[in-house]
Amino acid sequence: MSQDSPIFKTATELSADLTAGKISSVELTQAMIERVETVDEKVHAFLHLDKEDALAQAKASDERRSTGECLSPLDGIPVGLKDVISVKDQPLTAASKILENYRSPYDATVTVKLKQAGAVVAGRLNLDEFAMGSSTENSAYGPTRNPWDLERVPGGSSGGSSAAVAAREVPLSLGSDTGGSIRQPASLCGVVGMKPTYGMVSRYGLAAFASSLDQIGPFSTTVEDTALLLETISGHDPLDSTSFPKEIPSYSAELKKPAQAGVIGLPKEFFGPGMDDEVRAKVEQSIEHYRSLGYQTKEVSLPSTDLSIPVYYVIATAEASSNLARYDGIRYTSRSNRAQNAIDVYAKSRGEGFGAEVKRRCLLGAYGLSSGYYDAYYLRAQKARTLIRQDFERVFKEVDAVLTPTAPTPAFKFGEKSEDPISMYLSDIFTISTNLAGLPGISVPCGFTQSGLPVGMQLIGQAFEESSLLNIAHAYDRDHLYGRQAPNL
Amino acid sequence: MEYEAVIGLEVHVQLNTRSKMFTRVGTGFGQPPNTLTDPVVLGLPGALPVMNRDAIEKSIKVGLLLGCKIAEVCKWDRKNYFYPDMPKNYQISQFDQPICEGGKVEIEMPGENPAKMGSHRMVELTRIHLEEDVGKLTHYEQDSLVDYNRAGSPLLEIVSEPDMHSPEEVFAYLTSLRNSLVAAGISACDMEKGQLRCDANISVRPKGTTTLGTKVEIKNLNTISGVRNGVEYEIRRQVRAIEEGTEIIQETRRWNPEQKYTTPMRTKEMAHDYRYFPDPDLMPVKIDEAWIERVAKELPEKPFDKQRRYQKDMNLPYSATSSLCGDHLLCAYFEEATDLAKSATKTANWVVNDLLRELSQANKVDEFSEESDKVMTPQSCPVSPQNLAELINLIEDGKLTNNVAKELFPEMFTSGKTVSDLIKEKGLDQKSDNGEIEGICADAIANDSDAAEKFRGGKEGAINALKGAVMKATRGQANPKVVDETLRRLLS
Repeated sequence: MSQDSPIFKTATELSADLTAGKISSVELTQAMIERVETVDEKVHAFLHLDKEDALAQAKASDERRSTGECLSPLDGIPVGLKDVISVKDQPLTAASKILENYRSPYDATVTVKLKQAGAVVAGRLNLDEFAMGSSTENSAYGPTRNPWDLERVPGGSSGGSSAAVAAREVPLSLGSDTGGSIRQPASLCGVVGMKPTYGMVSRYGLAAFASSLDQIGPFSTTVEDTALLLETISGHDPLDSTSFPKEIPSYSAELKKPAQAGVIGLPKEFFGPGMDDEVRAKVEQSIEHYRSLGYQTKEVSLPSTDLSIPVYYVIATAEASSNLARYDGIRYTSRSNRAQNAIDVYAKSRGEGFGAEVKRRCLLGAYGLSSGYYDAYYLRAQKARTLIRQDFERVFKEVDAVLTPTAPTPAFKFGEKSEDPISMYLSDIFTISTNLAGLPGISVPCGFTQSGLPVGMQLIGQAFEESSLLNIAHAYDRDHLYGRQAPNL
Repeated sequence: MEYEAVIGLEVHVQLNTRSKMFTRVGTGFGQPPNTLTDPVVLGLPGALPVMNRDAIEKSIKVGLLLGCKIAEVCKWDRKNYFYPDMPKNYQISQFDQPICEGGKVEIEMPGENPAKMGSHRMVELTRIHLEEDVGKLTHYEQDSLVDYNRAGSPLLEIVSEPDMHSPEEVFAYLTSLRNSLVAAGISACDMEKGQLRCDANISVRPKGTTTLGTKVEIKNLNTISGVRNGVEYEIRRQVRAIEEGTEIIQETRRWNPEQKYTTPMRTKEMAHDYRYFPDPDLMPVKIDEAWIERVAKELPEKPFDKQRRYQKDMNLPYSATSSLCGDHLLCAYFEEATDLAKSATKTANWVVNDLLRELSQANKVDEFSEESDKVMTPQSCPVSPQNLAELINLIEDGKLTNNVAKELFPEMFTSGKTVSDLIKEKGLDQKSDNGEIEGICADAIANDSDAAEKFRGGKEGAINALKGAVMKATRGQANPKVVDETLRRLLS
């Protein structure tokens, strides 16, 4: 396919082309549909694509534009959604069998915002069932493959969202990040992925995994596009009590302003053993680049880092055990046809409807909340979570952002970690503390291994300082644009 | 051996907020099934709760009225259990930081007779917490149907200490609590509509001992008489068990109102582990002094305080105050009328006898109506407090006999006409007019010269026969004072 094809362009470029009349939204959407039809057999990023609906939205955008109306820079641009974000009348499976026949009767707040911006909301993207996993192998509908190496995982849980952007099936997508589920797959697929500050983006309409950690965020090929998508979906939402009332600046406009080179912290706990050598080398190169741009770098310490995985798996599973209780076979979820009585309806429907990892986490979580164990597990985990947050607060008195690798390794092979949950859990070791502390984090592509697998670095910012974080990420990204390199498919 | 029962109550009260506890959809009773729902009520994927501020405010009001300590910060917890009446399979409630703690409910036990005041005492409260109500299940032979209209409505749970000892006390407690809550305007507390529901924790012990016996929880006490009967039955059952040497097991039992006995639901071993934890979807609620002060300004006078004021300041008899003070609307009516009327006692009597009788008759017709706003209240009835005061003042001024007033009142109630309208219409105001009465008196003397002679001869009582004749001729509508004066004048 020609590199001039709209599918290889960034959203920012497409927006200019749409404005200039070089392309229509229908043409763009049609190109996207064709791309999905060509490559998704291999990648399997999509669980569902309502072509008619996408084209109807594109047509509406073109009609608006023909009367001189344009709702936003995203007007007419397709955006794919992880299949945990509700879109009215579209399926919402969470990659689980238990929601096989469910269609959402309402729009998530981010969906409303995208529609108000004129974006073409198209496609339900694959994930680990209920966002539980780091490889997209836990999807009940089959795994997504890494577009850079179809033998390897795209990461997860938002593997469909990262792979769809990497494979140029959509220019933009949304995922959700509970412990790294946006940043880790972004890193493994060589695209930009960002988890905003907890409370920046409404969770209303996001099928919850762990409510105190979940946050919706964008995928794109450049930091510039991430800024564009983030400013569209952010903002206070009266329907989400954990949403923060704060004015949202235009991040993309902020990017254009000259930014002062600041101080970047390098937490020593994140550069220890267990990291792949090539990942280490690429991340160190990116640190060098920042130095060359005039940034100061400084070793810092986040001593509670080793608590983050155990703390995360107590808190996230506890919340999940309760959040997933609603999938019970009574109303909208699939009911086991072997159920003989009321208890059966619960036990068999959930037994048949949930995959192994979801069951494991629900059991873990219920155990941690049980009478007699609550104080030892859940309550202690909450206290340790405070320590993790305080670590960051201390560090941010000295630095503007913290730089770490996003994942300890590049994309791994199918089955490599799926038999051993602990080794899978460890692939989120660099991303989890960000969620526990509620901070914004972004993964930016920082090169490729010798075998051609993408590597990502992570930048962590201060709470609600997305603008500063994006500026720092952009300073690196505009000089490299690794995310603009497309895999051969 | 003599036994003593120890009883604590958990009373659930639905708050009359416009929208549900955690979403904007409306509340209501008697709507078609599953019409008061939305993604939040139905627990759809992605739906999130948002707290109803009015429910918090109404809870603060209840707390202040009952003398509770209002929490500076209260929080929301999830109570996890699987049951189809709750689509999320957890209920948002308050576990270890309820909105109110402590407090008291004043109760009055029945006196020797209805005219005598009974003894008063305070029943201690443990706590009050706010939660969301669940849906309603209806079980059929093959399957069960569920209606989520009630699900998610704000529900206040008022928990008493094990501080009551008889079904009579339980009844007195519920009555007093209900009167206070209705007066505060936070709920209609209609048990038939499930707006007030009650569970009781009951144990018995030998009288004079202080350790508590094994506690049994009774559920499904959903009418006032059900509570009284259920508690009475359970006390008898436990006493009988002890006397027979059977062990009482800690369990939950269900009151069967038709058969009038309790049956086991689940034992302690079968009790749920609710796995409470703070709801991560909701923020804790800070309640500052300013908020409390603002709510405090809207507090009504407590019913028993009002009753004492009526007895002390207005010299009302106990029986009238006890009828009045169970109904804050009746009290409001009474106070408006008595401000204009010349006798507080007469006003009270007219309100509790005549007005109440007419109201209950008017409401009987509408018994099957489901809309509570169709119920006629003292305020919406055709006789205004001004009309009643006018009637009372005419009697006091001797311009209307009590008997005639009693006859006119029902007509005022049905027609909405004032007493002066009716007097004019019926020509009743002429009867104190000397001309007509003089004529009738003269006739009476002429027709009963015997009595007239006797009176003239000094037999004072003989005048009564003449008065009776005049009254008969005027169908009781003549002013007795005027009749007396006229007869004496004519006979002198």
